Formats: sequence, C-alpha cells, structure tokens
Amino acid sequence: MLTIQSVSKHYDTRCVVDGISLQLKRGESIGILGSNGSGKTTLLRMISGELMPDQGEIWLEEQNLLKLKPKARARKIAVLAQELLGDAPFTVREMIEMGRYPYLSRFETLSDHDHDVVDQILQQTNLLDRRHTRITELSGGERQRVAIARALVQEPDILLLDEPTTYLDLEAQWSLLDICKHWQKEKGLTLVMVIHDLNVASLFCDRVLFLQDGKCIAEGTPKEVISASLVEQVYGVTTVVIPHPETGVPQILHQPFTNNSRKEHAL
Amino acid sequence: MRRKYNKKHVYIGGGMFLCFLFTFILAVTVGSLKIPISEIWNVIGHHTIGFPNQVDPTLDAVLWSLRFPRVVLAMVVGASLALAGVLYQGVLRNPLADPYILGVSSGSATGAIIAILSGIGAGIWGMWFISLSAFIGAFIATVSVFLLAGRELRTNTLILAGVVIHALFGAIITFLLSMSVEQMSRIQYWLMGSFSLREWTHIWILIPVILVVMAVAWFTQRELNLFAVNARTAAHVGVSVKKTRFLLLILASLLTAMVVSISGVIGFVGIVIPHLIRMIIGANHRFLIPYSILAGATFMMASDLLARTIFDPRELPVGVITAFLGAPFFSYFLYKWRRNL
Repeated sequence: MLTIQSVSKHYDTRCVVDGISLQLKRGESIGILGSNGSGKTTLLRMISGELMPDQGEIWLEEQNLLKLKPKARARKIAVLAQELLGDAPFTVREMIEMGRYPYLSRFETLSDHDHDVVDQILQQTNLLDRRHTRITELSGGERQRVAIARALVQEPDILLLDEPTTYLDLEAQWSLLDICKHWQKEKGLTLVMVIHDLNVASLFCDRVLFLQDGKCIAEGTPKEVISASLVEQVYGVTTVVIPHPETGVPQILHQPFTNNSRKEHAL
Repeated sequence: MRRKYNKKHVYIGGGMFLCFLFTFILAVTVGSLKIPISEIWNVIGHHTIGFPNQVDPTLDAVLWSLRFPRVVLAMVVGASLALAGVLYQGVLRNPLADPYILGVSSGSATGAIIAILSGIGAGIWGMWFISLSAFIGAFIATVSVFLLAGRELRTNTLILAGVVIHALFGAIITFLLSMSVEQMSRIQYWLMGSFSLREWTHIWILIPVILVVMAVAWFTQRELNLFAVNARTAAHVGVSVKKTRFLLLILASLLTAMVVSISGVIGFVGIVIPHLIRMIIGANHRFLIPYSILAGATFMMASDLLARTIFDPRELPVGVITAFLGAPFFSYFLYKWRRNL
C-alpha cells in the first residue's frame, strides 16, 4: 500500500537519506533502525509530508503522497512523535478531539460520529476517567497515551511512530505498543516505527530496516536480519544475540563491560 | 458526558457578561456630569430607533457626543487588543507575545510623531492626520518584519525581526523627541494612549475591521488550538501551517495598527487578558476568543472610567491605569494558577 521509490534528502551538501526504496503491505509493521544521525527520522518526516524529498517519490496506493492536500494526507497518515503535546492547558478530551481536524470542513463542528470515535478511543486507551483532566497534570505514560489517542482518532491507514517508547517505563511502553498491535490486527493499521530498542523492535515488528549514513544496509524479518555482526557493524558494539525463549525472535544481550567491548572504528 | 463543561461556561460567560453590562452602565453614567440611568435608555432609544426625545439637550449632547463615543471606543479598543493578543500568543506560541510584539507600536508611534512635528497634526483635521500617519507607520513596521522574517514564517525569526524593527523605530522616536523638546509633552501624551476627544467616526472605522478579524478568528479556532499545541502537530493533522499563520498574523497586525493609530499605545491589556482567561478556562480558543474579547472590553471601559474620574477634572493616560490595575490583578492570578498557565 505504501511505496517509497528511491527517496533522497540533503541538508546543505550532506546527504542524509540516500536513495531508499521500500514497500509496505496493509497491516504490516516495520521498524526503522540505525545509529543516531543515520537518517531514520528524516525518512519518517518525508513519509509524513513534513519534509519534501530532493529526489524520489512516495506513493500511497494509487496516489502520490507528496501531491496530496494536507487534510487528505492526514486522513491517511498519522504521526506519533516525542513531546508533541506541548504544555498548553487543554483537557485530554479537547486534545484528542483535535485529531478529527482532517474530517471537518471550515464551518463544521464535531458530529455525533466524531464524538463516538473520540469516546471509543478514549475507552481503548484507558483515558475515559481522565478526559476532563488538563494534559499538564498527566504523567509521562498518560501523556503518551493521549498522543497515541490523538493520532488514532485520525483513523489513519498508516501510523508513523518516532521513538515512541523513549522515556517511558516498562508498563507504559507495553501499554502503548499493545494499543498499536491491537489496531494493527483489528483495523489493518500499517505501522512504521523509528526505534532504538532492538529487542522491542524484534518482538514487535514484522520487518526491520537498518540504516547507515542514509543508506539501507539490511532489510527483512528480525530473524533474518538481526545478528551480532550487523549490530556491531551499525552500532560498533559487540553483543550476544540469543533467541527469545517463547517466540524465537532474536534478542540482544550486552557483553559485560570491559575496555574491549567498544571497537576502535566506532570511536 | 461530552456536554459536562457547558454548565461551567454558562456561569463564567454569564458572570462576565453581567460584569460587562454593569461596567458599561457605570462608565456612561459616572463622570464630571452625573447622568441618571433612565436617561441613558432614552438617549439610546432616541438616537437609534427614533424615540421621541424627552431628554435635556445638554445632557443629550454630553451623553451622545462625548460620553458614548468614548465608552464605546474604549470597549472596542479593549476587545481588539485582547483579540490581537489571543491571536499573537496562539500563533507565535510565546507567552510574552502581545499585540506590539511585531513592532506595530513603535512603527505607529513614529508615524504619529512625524505628523505632530511636521505640523500636519495641528488644526481641525489634525487628529485624523495623526491617525493616518500612525497607521502608515504601523503598516511599514509590519511589512518590514514580515520581509525580514522570510518566507518560512518561523516564530523565533518573526519575534527577532519584531525586536529589530522595534529597536530601529525606537531609535527614530528617541531621535525625533530629542530634536523637539517643546512638543515632548504632547507626543508623550499620545504615546501613553487616550480616548479623549474621540468621535463616533473613529468607532465606525474600527468596527468593520474588528468584526472581520473576530469572524476569521472564530472560524480558525481549531487551527489556533493546534498552533497552541505545536506547529508540527498542526501540520500532522492537516493544517496548512504557513498560510494560516500568515493570514492570522496579518489580520492581528492590521487590527493592532488601526487601534494604535486611533487611541495610541495602551499596554498590558493585550498580554494580560488572554493569559488571565487561559488560566481560568483553559486553552480552548472556542472559549478563549469570546471571553477575552468580553474581558478586554470590560477591563478597558473600567480603566478609562478610572482614568477620567480619579483626579477629576484632570485626566490620566489610560495606559497608566491598565498597568496599575492589571499588574496586581494578574500577579494574584499568576500566583494562584501558575501551574495551569
């Protein structure tokens, strides 16, 4: 459903994303991995329409994504990025209702259907009791749930997540990913996720894509791709990769800390 | 469940409207000439829907030609500054944003001072020339800020461009003032803002502008909410960020320029009122816009009432009162509700 055709992006003379191509099916989840500055977030921002690629095209089914009007694009693609809730004293419900913006024309107010969608998502994200609380009074985990609810209320086909689990404790991480998984299974939501935690990516994503210096260096299912040698190539760190006892997907263990655990070339 | 907050808004909105009405009646009746309330309705009735006039002609003249224009102008100016404040704070997402942040005040002051010093500000049409010149100054300042800020309209660039233009016009003002010591007090008085000697015509010029800006603000309340959250979030849900920002900033600047050219630079209202309302009712522009307009109008009428009655017959610049009233009032709310800001 989403086709990325050799997109590139330069900042001044530096090439940040270099000819990346990718195809995604409906209801698939893909993790974009790589070290800091490898071009993951830039790629995500091009898919969201925030940045225009210098070269290449992005297609959503039959439509050129880069030529869609902002509202039409927002009905297809939603974004969950870090700390985009701000600190204005909106209530949880007000914040989530904003996600219905792409469905409303200039002079329209929220319809009963819009209210129903909001109510449903409040329930699914376990925020019903907090709906009249101001977001400035929420914990980090609750804020992230509001952010995902605001994105899901757009009823998108594709959800882009930019490091969604950073700063969250284990329970909050799991609850967020659980909501995403539910939507992926029930509604066929396609998930594109930039993530640093290789173990979470391995457990959660159907496919992973490793970037280095803006180029794709490996792509496939976690089982096919994630190996100690790849991790060492990308991050410059020696690790041990073992299969998950239940699912068999690769899990990364750090080596005990010694002076040799970090290779010269990474420094 | 979704209608829960409506009751709260009936109380707040109703209370504020009663305050507004009370202040209006007080402002019209109190002054060097005390006017009974009953006469007010007679005069309004006579001039608007043609009631037979039973009012003493002097009273009628004072009320209709002096008191009413002054009070209504204060009302419109207060509403305009509060609305412009809401728009600037919403679009620029900066708590220090006020209607003068993009250099409108210094631009218009420069225009007004040039009119006063060149002599075209004297005579029967003097007031109009001063206003026109002030408006041209404000317009030049605004255009310069937008040109300097560039196409991207980034908030920080805009604010910095505002600072630069403000400083530039500030330098011109200081230079002009230092060159003309004899006109200093007249210029100073204009700079501090006043509603004295204003006529109905001033109001009729302002009304269409504020109505247009009010309508646009009302119909872009969703975009304003999203800007208040984050410009990126706004873009993610489909707002044309640059276009909407440009439209709102241009309208807010136009409104401020009109207001300043008519009543001078009155501080504090445009920054304090939106904050105050936001602290009480939250950040939703659906309520923030109408409540700020109402509160701005009430606050300005009350300030002007005090400005002309405290040291009667001597009149104070209304800007002095807005700051004197506003600062302690705002401090109290800031202290009480600082976590909700």
